[in-house]
Amino acid sequence: MKIVVTSTGDGLEARVDPRFGRTTCFILYDTESKEASSVDNRQSLNAAQGAGIQAAETIARLGAECLLTGHCGPKAYRTLTAAGIRVYTGAQGTVAEAIVAFEQGRLTPAANADVEGHWV
Amino acid sequence: MTLAVASGKGGTGKTTVAVNLALSQRKPVQLLDCDVEEPNAHLFLQPEIREREAVRVQVPSVDEERCTSCGECGRICQYHAIVLLKTKPLLFPELCHGCGGCALVCPTGAISETPREVGMIERGLRGSVRFAHGRLKVGEAMAVPVIRALKRSTEPCMLTLIDAPPGTSCPVVASLRGSDFVVLVTEPTPFGLNDLVLAVGMVRALELPFGVVINRADIGDSDVLDYCKTQAIPLLLQIPENRRLAEAYSRGEPAVKALPELRPMFETLCEHILAEATMPRGRLLKEVKIHADL
Repeated sequence: MKIVVTSTGDGLEARVDPRFGRTTCFILYDTESKEASSVDNRQSLNAAQGAGIQAAETIARLGAECLLTGHCGPKAYRTLTAAGIRVYTGAQGTVAEAIVAFEQGRLTPAANADVEGHWV
Repeated sequence: MTLAVASGKGGTGKTTVAVNLALSQRKPVQLLDCDVEEPNAHLFLQPEIREREAVRVQVPSVDEERCTSCGECGRICQYHAIVLLKTKPLLFPELCHGCGGCALVCPTGAISETPREVGMIERGLRGSVRFAHGRLKVGEAMAVPVIRALKRSTEPCMLTLIDAPPGTSCPVVASLRGSDFVVLVTEPTPFGLNDLVLAVGMVRALELPFGVVINRADIGDSDVLDYCKTQAIPLLLQIPENRRLAEAYSRGEPAVKALPELRPMFETLCEHILAEATMPRGRLLKEVKIHADL
């Protein structure tokens, strides 16, 4: 299964970025092969509006089934749900630590957006 | 002739300058409050509102029977108001700018446009000042369509004063576009200077002639003055920190009504701006200084 973690930098030792739409980058991780790769998010990071929606499109294209992040707003949540991606908020520490927490079932799927939408 | 009053920093005195310029004119003038998220010029001008008109944005609606999920609509939308993932398009009408691109590119004609009310234009009169402002509906995110509608509703032949929103973002650019001259109001503080520099960058990018008014000129430091000097920016007026001005403001009284001796200053300011706006670029204006001992 492919999962995506929002990250402040490349590699599994980087810190989780608590922001979804305006995260620095995504770490795409395959739970079977244990392979990780980094995907740039500059386009959404610099978007005037709709960063969360665009970031959701990006990770949907990557074929991710789950997202581990800090927070998720309403428009991003709606887009991710439409794409069939399960959202886990409250991820913290390094990307590797977040993945371990996820694999051990210590993260629970978010039933809703956990923060308000913001415009700019 | 259109003069816009803008600022980087909020609360520097845009509305004070715009309203008092309007009230100092001998000829009829129109004042447009383009700060549609928080209009306040009416509090000082107290116009009698005579007309109201809704502002609507055309937003897409999708006929899912005809939609083939090709994704063209999502690709053309720069505002992420319509996205296509696995299934049918997802719509975010609150992000839509109403450009109609999605409906144009849809190969099966599945997208039609329906009007959505985002705000209101109100027009009125106070003496010889024709007044109009926009009001964005609470909860709406996009001020620009309301600002555009407000600017479309003006009399082209009159002197027009625009009270712009603060900052340097899209609503400000929409307010300033098409102006003949921009007055940037600032205060002589580090915050004022920081945001003035941003505003100067914006008006230069828009290639609009501009000058600076320093409000509450006796506070803070001289960095704004030094900046204007080194950048050869015309300094149009310095308004002193004054208790009577502040008291009038707190009562919602325009400065030129409460302190009639200020009227000639605003008249002169306006004459200088008009001269500058019609003159070749690069010519420095004589500074008008309101006496501190009001």
